[in-house]
This record gives sequence, C-alpha cells and structure tokens, in this order.
Amino acid sequence: MFELAATAGKIGIWVVILLSVTPVMVWIERRGCALIQDRKGPNRVGPLGLFQPLADAVKLLFKEDIIPSEVDRPLYLLAPILAIVPALTTFTVIPFGPTIIIGGQTVHLLVADVDTGALLLLALSSLGVYSLVMAGYSSNNKYALIGSVRATAQMISYELALTLSVVAVLIPTGSLRLDDVVTYQQGLWLGVIPQWNIFPHALGFLVFLIAAFAETNRLPFDLSEAESELVAGYHTEYSAMKFSLFFMGEYMSMATLGALGATLFLGGWHLPGVDFTGWWVTSALLGMGILIAKTSLFLLFFVWVRWTFPRFRFDQLLRLGWKVLLPLAIVNLILISALTVAGWL
Amino acid sequence: MTVSIFWYLLLAAILFGIGTAGALTRRNGIAIFLSIELMLSSVNLALVAYSRLIGERLGDLQAALTGQLLVFFVIAVAAAEAAVGLALFIAVFRNRRTIDVNHLNIMRW
Amino acid sequence: MEIAVFALFAFLAVISAIVVVSHRNPVYAVMSLVITLISLAVLFVLLGAPFIAAIQVLVYAGAILVLFLFVIMLLNVEEDAQRTRSGIFQKVTALISAALFTGILAGLFWRDTASQEVAPLTSQSISLESLAHRLFAAYLLPFEMIGLLLLAAVVAATVLAKPYSSRPRAEDP
Repeated sequence: MFELAATAGKIGIWVVILLSVTPVMVWIERRGCALIQDRKGPNRVGPLGLFQPLADAVKLLFKEDIIPSEVDRPLYLLAPILAIVPALTTFTVIPFGPTIIIGGQTVHLLVADVDTGALLLLALSSLGVYSLVMAGYSSNNKYALIGSVRATAQMISYELALTLSVVAVLIPTGSLRLDDVVTYQQGLWLGVIPQWNIFPHALGFLVFLIAAFAETNRLPFDLSEAESELVAGYHTEYSAMKFSLFFMGEYMSMATLGALGATLFLGGWHLPGVDFTGWWVTSALLGMGILIAKTSLFLLFFVWVRWTFPRFRFDQLLRLGWKVLLPLAIVNLILISALTVAGWL
Repeated sequence: MTVSIFWYLLLAAILFGIGTAGALTRRNGIAIFLSIELMLSSVNLALVAYSRLIGERLGDLQAALTGQLLVFFVIAVAAAEAAVGLALFIAVFRNRRTIDVNHLNIMRW
Repeated sequence: MEIAVFALFAFLAVISAIVVVSHRNPVYAVMSLVITLISLAVLFVLLGAPFIAAIQVLVYAGAILVLFLFVIMLLNVEEDAQRTRSGIFQKVTALISAALFTGILAGLFWRDTASQEVAPLTSQSISLESLAHRLFAAYLLPFEMIGLLLLAAVVAATVLAKPYSSRPRAEDP
C-alpha cells in the first residue's frame, strides 16, 4: 500500500513538472528570442508577459478543431497522442533525488527501478518517430509527407550517435541503472573538480548534445518542419489542441533529453557539498531542485542555439550525422573502453 | 498464480501460423516481408520461453541463457535482413514500378 | 495478476498479428506489427528476460519497422497499379497448411511442457551480468560474426539502393 502511494506520488510529481515545462518554455523561448533579436517580446498579458502562455493555451483550446476530409482518420487522430507518450514514459527511469526514508520505509526517488534503465529509456524514446510518421502519412498532404520522410531519416540516423554516446557513459559505470551513473559521479578530483562524466566524456557529450537537437527536431535541425519550404512539415494539417499536443511533445522530449543529459554527464541530482542526509522533504526537494537546475541549462542552451544558428540543408544534415557524428561517437566509445580497461576511469 | 509455459509456446505457434498464412497469401512484397518478420518474432518468443523452461528444470535461471542469446542474434540478423531486403525492393521498384510478386516472374521459366 | 497481463497481451498480439497479415494498407500492417512486437516484449518481461524485451523494442520496433515505413512512404506502394490478389484456392491451401503447422507445433510443445509451471515474475529474472559474461565468452565468435554480417548488410544495402546511373561503370573488356 505504501509502495503504491509512493509510486503514485513520484509519478504525480513528474507529470506536474512535465506539463508545466511547456508553458514555462514557451515564455522563455519567446522572451529569449526577443532578447537575442533585440526586441521586447510578449509583454501585455501579466507582468513581463508571464501569463502569455496561459492566454495561448486558452486560445488553442477554444479554436475550431478542423479534421480535413481526405485524411486517414484513425492514424490522424492517434498521431498527436503518440507525440507525448515517449516523453511521458521515458522519465520513469530518471532518478531525481537521493534514497529517502519516510517513517521507516525507504523510497528511491525513481519511478521504475529496473535493471535495464538506460536501455529502456532509449527504447521508449525511439518510439517517438512513429508519431511523426503517422502524422505525415495520414495528413494526405505532400508537405506533411515530405516532412515526415525527412524526420524519419533524421531520427534514425541521429539515434545511432546518441545511443553510442550514452553507451560510452555506461561502460565505466558497469551498470545500466541511471541511479548507479549518478552514484558513480559523486566525489571530487583534487578536492575541487566534481567527478562528472562531462570531463572524461567531453567528446561523447558533444555528440550527445548535437544529436539531441536532431532527436527533438529543433533548429538548426528542424528540417521536418522547415516553415520556409514545407509550410509546417508533418503537422501542417493539424489545428487547435491536436497541434498543441505536438508542440507539448517537442518541449517535453527536450526536457527528458535534458534531464538524461544532466544525469549522464553533469552528475544528475547530486551536487558536491550539498547535504542530502537531513529531513526527507528537504533532501528530496534539494535533489529535484538540482536536477531541474541542470536540466534548465540544457533547455536554455536549446533556446539560445535555436535563435542563433540558421537551418541546415537536408543533405548536410545527413552527412553530418553519418560521416561526422557517428565516427566521432565510435572513436569516443573506443577511447572510453580503452581507458576503462586500463583502469583510468 | 502463474501461467504455464505451454501457453507462451502455444501463442508462439499461433503467431507462427498467422505469419505463415500471411507469407503464402499476400502478393505485396513488403507485406510478405512483414509476415516473415512476424514469424521470426514468434520464434523469438518460443526461444525465450524454452530458455525459461530449461532454467526452471535446472533450478537456476542464470544457467539457461542460450535461448535468450539466440534471440539477440535473431534480432541482429533480422536487422541485416530488413536492410538488404528493403534495398532490394527499392531496386526492383525502380526497374519495374511494382513490387507485386506476381509480376516479378522473369526468372520463372 | 500475471494471468491477466499474459491474457491481455497475448490477445493483443494475436489480434494485431491478424491485422498485419490481412490489412490491405501496408502502413497499417506495419503499425500492427509494432503493437505485436511491444506485446511480445511485455511477455518477455513476464518470462524474466527484461534485456531481450528492451532490445526488442529498441531494435525491432524502434529501428527495423521505421525502416519499413520509410520504404513504404518512399515507394508509395499503395498506388501500385499492377497489384494482384491471390486466388481463393491459394488462400484456402495457405490457411490449411498454416493451421496444420500450428497444430503440429502445438502438439509438440504440449508433449514437452504439459505440466511445467513458470515461477512468478518477481522471483527471478535474468541478470545482465550473467548474460554479458555468456555473450562475450562462450558466444564471442558468433557475436563478432554478427558484427561482420551487419557491416556486409550495410554495404549491400547502400549498393543496391543506389540508382544505376550513379554506380561506377564496369571496365569494358
């Protein structure tokens, strides 16, 4: 009974965080874009335009929900739902705090404590591509189809590099549990530098970061929804709440990939010098706060890059994926394996 | 309550049968290919189930891993097969504008 | 609990398998195969093989079938003007042979396993360590050969899918 309540609580926390990612990110994205382009950005609704995302949500909810007559209905209706499923399931294996003791019962701050954690995360996130394929195919629109063909090619190409960079992190850890990855990174080099994976895995981190942009279809790799050539890519025919589900899916998968990156390379919920042994509420909140802060770094970087770089061409994109990132990821993998065998990691 | 291993094997047999029927009746090359994939994965289920069965008989699950490793290899072979097979279909479609197997009969006589 | 999970996903697997082989639209067939594979992955977890389950979803559902969809969208197979259907005789014989095959298999399995129970899910599942030790010790050679096979498949797929015009011309004799 206690177990069940604890799990429900953990899931509840995550769902609330993930659902609030979208409005917060919309505000940050629009204000950040305005900052970079030297404009003011939305500033009418509430102080600093803080309620703008709320107004947007209300607008989207009350808009007419158009289903074009020539679409393939079952797939057309399923696609937006599938868009948020990977993001809502992958977080279950990401640890977000220390093991705490509530009234004599130990609770791992991790929803699904399974042996194959990292593998499960990759498996679930690899299913995200189906939503794009279904949306593009069922819309019966050439722009949507081209967008989803591009998205498919892009996502299966960059998934390889992403997976290899994750695997390289798991080798010295010797476990697929992300909890063990966090534990592995606790401690300090020379008493000052935190033992985060980002330092030995600098190359892997670079590959992970670039592949993450492609996996989330963000600029400079948003070829599947390039508005100057494809109207809006795979979600051209979607309107109202269905459109906003794609939107939410994008921000949520950014958040989960950011949390994964923070866990793999930046020490996860742990920060050297922070005391996690106190009252369970404070230590849980501290762990969550640190993970959210580290994830926000990734999200801010996503926004920064989006408004700074121009879009790639499609052949450049695939060339980068197959001829640069994949070899780099393999080199990184061999390097890390060699270092691990030599006992330096 | 537990499920007898027989039911897993029966499911594998049924899926294999469905796959066989599909591979024999469909005329679209890619649909035949999909049926073969279905047959492959039903074999995977049988392999994992037998691995479990032997583990139970030996009393030590860790001792009976051969079935699971075979599944690992089957999935790798399926990946290779899909890559080459689909490339073949692309090449055929480029030449004949169809992948209906009834029309791909120039090597028949 | 275990029975309910097994029954649900076995049912799902069979229904979606039937859709795979019977739906005229290949996109729906691929989508149903995804459902079959995910149901089978759940059954793998019930059988104590979480690693195989994750690999199944990651490689099979996440990569191989996406490749299928990609090719289907690329070729626009639905508008294949020359499509034919198999005759009634062909269908009946195929069904009979499939049923016979299933019956024989089921009989063999029954003889093998009739009274064998599976331990409950939580009792034991295969640890990754023992799997890895076995894979990289006893099965090292097959593992390396699989790597070679995949390399050969990548090269073959690249060569096959290239249009003739962009291939290097063979030397004239």
